[in-house]
Parts: sequence; structure tokens; C-alpha cells
Amino acid sequence: MAEDRSKPMNQATTAATQAAGRTSAALRDHPESSPLSIHDMTVAYQRRPVLWDVDYIAPQGRLVAIVGPNGAGKSTLIKAALDLIPKVSGDVRVFGRPYREQRGRVAYVPQRSSVDWDFPVSALDVVTTGLYRRIGWFRPVTRRWRTMARVALDRVGLADYASRQISQLSGGQQQRVFLARALVQDADLYLMDEPFAGVDAATERAIVALLQELRSAGQTALVVHHDLPTVREYFDDVLLLNMRLVAAGPVQDVFTDANLRATYGGKLSLLDQVGRQMAQ
Amino acid sequence: MRPVTVESGSRQRVLAARLVAPICIVGLVSAGVIVCTSGAHAAPAIATDAMEPAIGAVSVMADAAAGSEPTAAELFVRALLLRDPNTRVVLLGTSLLGGMSGIVGVFVLLRRRSLVGDVISHAALPGIAGGFLIAELLSHGTGKSLPILLTGAFVTGICGAICVLLIDRFSRVKSDAALAIVLSTFYGGGAVLLSVVQRTPSGAAAGLATYLNGKTASLLTSDVWMFAVSATVIIILTVMLFKELTLLCFDAEFAAACGWPVLLLDGVLMMLVAAVTIIGMQSVGMLLVVATLITPAAAARFWTNDIRTTTILAGGIGALSAAIGILLSAAFPRVAAGATIVLVAGVLFLISLLLGSRRRVLWRRWDHARQAARIARDDLLRAIYEQTERRAGDRPDGTVPEVSLATLQSVRNWSLHGLQHLTRWAVNAGLASPVGESSIRLTDAGLAAGRRLVRNHRLWELYLIQYADIAAGHVDHTADLIEHIVDPEIVDELERILEQQDRRHEVPDSPHAIGFAGG
Repeated sequence: MAEDRSKPMNQATTAATQAAGRTSAALRDHPESSPLSIHDMTVAYQRRPVLWDVDYIAPQGRLVAIVGPNGAGKSTLIKAALDLIPKVSGDVRVFGRPYREQRGRVAYVPQRSSVDWDFPVSALDVVTTGLYRRIGWFRPVTRRWRTMARVALDRVGLADYASRQISQLSGGQQQRVFLARALVQDADLYLMDEPFAGVDAATERAIVALLQELRSAGQTALVVHHDLPTVREYFDDVLLLNMRLVAAGPVQDVFTDANLRATYGGKLSLLDQVGRQMAQ
Repeated sequence: MRPVTVESGSRQRVLAARLVAPICIVGLVSAGVIVCTSGAHAAPAIATDAMEPAIGAVSVMADAAAGSEPTAAELFVRALLLRDPNTRVVLLGTSLLGGMSGIVGVFVLLRRRSLVGDVISHAALPGIAGGFLIAELLSHGTGKSLPILLTGAFVTGICGAICVLLIDRFSRVKSDAALAIVLSTFYGGGAVLLSVVQRTPSGAAAGLATYLNGKTASLLTSDVWMFAVSATVIIILTVMLFKELTLLCFDAEFAAACGWPVLLLDGVLMMLVAAVTIIGMQSVGMLLVVATLITPAAAARFWTNDIRTTTILAGGIGALSAAIGILLSAAFPRVAAGATIVLVAGVLFLISLLLGSRRRVLWRRWDHARQAARIARDDLLRAIYEQTERRAGDRPDGTVPEVSLATLQSVRNWSLHGLQHLTRWAVNAGLASPVGESSIRLTDAGLAAGRRLVRNHRLWELYLIQYADIAAGHVDHTADLIEHIVDPEIVDELERILEQQDRRHEVPDSPHAIGFAGG
């Protein structure tokens, strides 16, 4: 790893370009059945690399946890895949095609802390922002769209809170408003950045139920997740990340002690906690 | 424009009303234009001599000719009754400007770009002076033309704003420092150019310095015309882009993920700000124009939690402060009108800050004090009940045991004075009866209230211990605070836990030992 880090960035870039150039492999690398395929993606903030050569093909219809220590690049992975931050190199496809052609099939749930919750809008207003793209430029939000947003709010159990200003919601309720905004987009791939962070037990259960609903509808969710003990319970697949992809695949195969050690390094107290959980 | 459907239910009617309001504003603007023109026709003084300053100067001159200086009150009344057609014109023009600034300002405020308006207005100075010089060099005598000056102002204003964004994005300098640097550099450049202009013979007469402090009192009918047209355009644009701008300000990252061109939207917002700034500059002056942009919007936020209402209110407050400012400056002709407008906006902001229904500072303090008192009373009842519970076993006859103040003091760090104050309240409220000098006993009502509080409290502790992985010893303090703000959903949750334990109507045992040492 240390060897690779000393490698100049442009070498990594060249390697990625060469790999992408293998056209015969390109189709196999980005299968249309995969909701998200990432090939040789490297992301850097200014000169500091955050993600190196990530290769990942997400399976369809599964709940995938993105797990790794702080600063491992979990959020960055999602944001780079959505073109929110520039990639140094790499190729990302959504159902086999570039993201900008497939925006309608992807819904993004940002971290709750990324917005100002004192903003003068209601829960319903926030959910309708998920429909703005479909409503289109200059067109007003009509009753039809508001009804759709109400249905989405109902799905996360907030039907009674539609007209509440968002600062008057609890943290968990705010998170559910964000989820409703993604649901209303009726996507096939959901990318969620720490939806479980700092929420109450009621919300946690609501999110889990929602994720299972998505899975049974054949939809896929990639979820940045911090709570190691619940990974086995909530998710089918796991993607272990620490600046590079450590391992990815079904939870029972990949979520092992050895892989976690490789992901988290020497943070033993955390590992012991997981070990106890596994022993139970 | 927005189609308005007649919907059933008061909520729909309110929403429809909110949609109609922007249309009304635009309508008002058009009406204003009509009044302006008819006013101009009614006033031959303006129609024949459009280069004559409108308000104040004219009336003062007229009165001076009549031989008597009118008092401020007389002038004010005359302005208030709109007897003078010139006052009407200026009043309308500046009110439109104020309304427009307020509306655009809402988005500037919510996008946290308040100081960008300031940068644009200061960076406009080199554009004005430079535009004048270039035009004079190319063709003598054209420098004073308003379109050239405004174009120059617009170009350098936008340049200044872009410089801030570039420095913020591509260097380690933080945005506040970038703002300060760009603002002062551009303004300095403008000042240098202006001193050059002042030394040229035509430049000295051009009166470019009026852009620094504005010239509200000497607006011309043609100026007001331009205000009306541009205000209408800007308001229509803002209403059309209302949903896009709202999303941009609330969650730009999500907007980008959805495919909205965030950079373009930011650019449009900046153009709107630049337009408002440069038009408003002629009225209140370059140094103060940012106030008309931000102050009404900030004041409106104190009255509502809805962005549509905020926008309408901000437009109203902007127009109102402009109108009041003009009327005041009509009463005191030697006072700078632009500064008066800004001062009035500031006063309206202060009123909103103190009395606004949303974050009313005064009432919140009062609320806070009441809440603190309630928490203290609940704590007292809970403490007495818990001690009563501990001693209930010593009384086989079922009478309620009394609790001494000393015991209560050992449970919580109450001062004797505070505790006496609280127990007096409990006795007066019929929740407890005094036993001798220094003991107290709960009445039936007090027992019921105490039981309810303790039950709630212990459920909370149970919940925290079971779900939130907080060490049992640390629970008490957190629970004390949270139990007064119980969410209905959480209460449901707790009810369910209790049902599972099948002890619905009892107070559950405390999940930790009730100690004397504190809690």
C-alpha cells in the first residue's frame, strides 16, 4: 500500500486509461444489468488522493453497505459516481450507460447535515424538490405533484407532518423526509449517504423496512453505513473501503474478521466489539 | 405564468393565494408604470422639462419663491397626500426598486451570498469611471450616457463577484477574506479612475460621484420608467425561476445530482443581484444598496416559515421602507433620501427581530423562563414521589409518608431558598401539604401527578438504556431534559415497550438504584 501511495498520480491515470481502452472488455466491465459499475476510479481533492483505482460492479436488487473508517472515501465514492466531484480517472456507468443519460433511474440521499434545516420550507416542499426535474424548467408545482409527494411522505410514516416546517422535525424525521424525497423519484438505484447517522430507533426501523421494500421491488440501494454490528442484519452485500476497495461481495463471504482488519487497520477496540457481536 | 386552479379546502385556497400574489405584484408594477406616465402627463413641469430634478428641490424652490419656508410637517403632509405629482413618481419608482430588491434578496440571503451584493456594488465603481473614460476617448461627449455607465458597472460588478468565487474555490483564502480583498481592490481601482475623471473638464461636470450616495431626491421621470421596466422583468424572472432558485438555495448538491445546471442557476442569481444592485445604486447609492437587498429579506424571515410568504413579505418590506424613506426625506429635504430608506429598513428589521412571530426574541426569553420553571417543578414532584415510594414500605397502614426538605436537598442540589419557593408552589397548587416546619407530604393529586412524571421519566431511561447504548449511570441528566419534549411517536414507542412488559398501568421500577448522592 505504501509503495502504491508513492506512485505518481499520472501513472495511475495512464493505467486506468489503458484499461478503459480494452474495448472488448468494456461491455463486460459495464453490464447493463448492473445498476452501478465503477471501473478504475481515482478521486483526489486538490493533490490529496481520496480513492484509488476502485473497481466495483454492484449486483441488482440487493442492499449494499459501504463500510470503512472515517476518511475512507465512502461519501466520495457516491459523489464521484454522481459526477458531483471530479474524478481524476475512471469510468462510471449506471445500467451500462453514462450517468447523465440515466439520471431518472438514480436517487441520491445526501447526508442530513449537508443542508440548513432552518430553511423556510415544509416537509412536503422538500419532497417535491425530488420531482422538480420531472416538472421541468419554469413550470409551477401543481396539485398532482404535491399528491405524489404526500404519498412518498406516507411511505416513511410522516403523512401527518407534511406541512411542518423542517426545523420543527426531529433528526430522524428529517432523515425520513430526505428518504421520501428519494422515493418520490421512483428510481432503480438509491445512493444513500449515512441515512442511519444519529437517528432514533423508530426511524432506524422505518429505514430498514423501507430498504427491504425497495429490495423486494427489485431495486438496489448502496448505503454508506457506520454501525458495524448491524451490517449483517440489514444488508445483503458489503463493500469494504479504505481509500481503495478492500473487498466487496455478499456479507457472509466478505464481512470477515480478516477483511475488517484490513479495512480498519489497528483499531482493535472496534474490532473486538464486532467480534463479540459475531460470536453471539 | 402560473395557472391558478380553484381548489377545495382552505389550505388550497391559501396556496392559490400565494401563487396569485406574485402575479399581483407584477400587476402592481404595470399599474405603477401607467400611473407614472399619466402622472407625467398631468405634470407639465416634468413633461416639458424632464431634466429638472423631481421632488424636494422643485417644491422647495417653489415655496421659496412664494416667500415662506414650509415646515417639515407641511412638507410631510403634502408628500403623504401625494399632492405633488413629482413625489408620486419618485415614490413609485423607489418603492418598485425596494420591492424588487427585497424579492431577489430572499434568495441571496438563503444562498448565503449576502456580501456578494456588496462586492458587486463596490466593484461597479471602476466600471462607471472606466466606462466614462473609454466612451469619452472614443467619442467626446458620450461619457455621460446612462447605458454606457450602467454597462460598465455591470461588467466590473460581475467581474468582482467572479473573482471572489474563483479565489474561494481555487486558493486557500477563505471566502470572507476573498470578499474583503476583492471589494476593497475594485473600489480602490474605481476611486483612482474617478479622480482621473474628475480632473477632465467634462468629467467634473458629469456628476459620477452621485453614484456613491445615490440621488433619490432628484430622480427623473425617465429614470423611474427604467426602474419600472427592469423591476417588472426581474420580478417576473424570479417568479418563473422560483422553484429552481429555491432548490439551489436549499440543496445545491442534490440539485446537481438531479441534473440541474447549478453553475448556470448560480450565474442567473448573480446576474439578478447585479441588476438589482446597479439599478438600486442610482437610488440609494453604491455604499448602501446591499442593505436594500438583505435587510427586508432578513426581516421577513422573522415572520414566517414559508419561502413563498417570505418572498412576498420581503418585497412588501422593501417597498414599504422605500416609501416611508421617501416621505420622510420629502419632509426633511436636506436629509439624504437613500440613507433614510436604509435606516427605515433597519428599523423595520429591528421591529421584526423583537416582535416577529417566528423567532421573537423577547417572547422566546419569556418562554424559556417559563419552561425552566416547569422543569424545576416537575423535578420537585418527581423527587418527592421517589422518596415517598422508598418509604411506602415503612407504612403498612397505607398512609402517605412525609418527606423532609433535608432529604430532598440531599437528592438534588437545590438551595434551601429555591426549595422552599418550590414547595410553596406545590402546596398552593394543592399537590402537597406541609408537615411541620421542614417536611412535606403529597396529596392525592400530587401522588397522581408524581406518578405520571416518574413513569414518563423511567420509560425514557429504559428507552435510552435499551436503544441508545448509554451507560446506565449517565442516563439521569439526559432524561431530565428530554422528558419535557417528548415526541408523540416516541411516546407510542414507549407505550409499546411497556405493553410488552405487561405492566401498563404501573410505574415501572427504576432501571437503576435511586441514590441519595445525586441524579
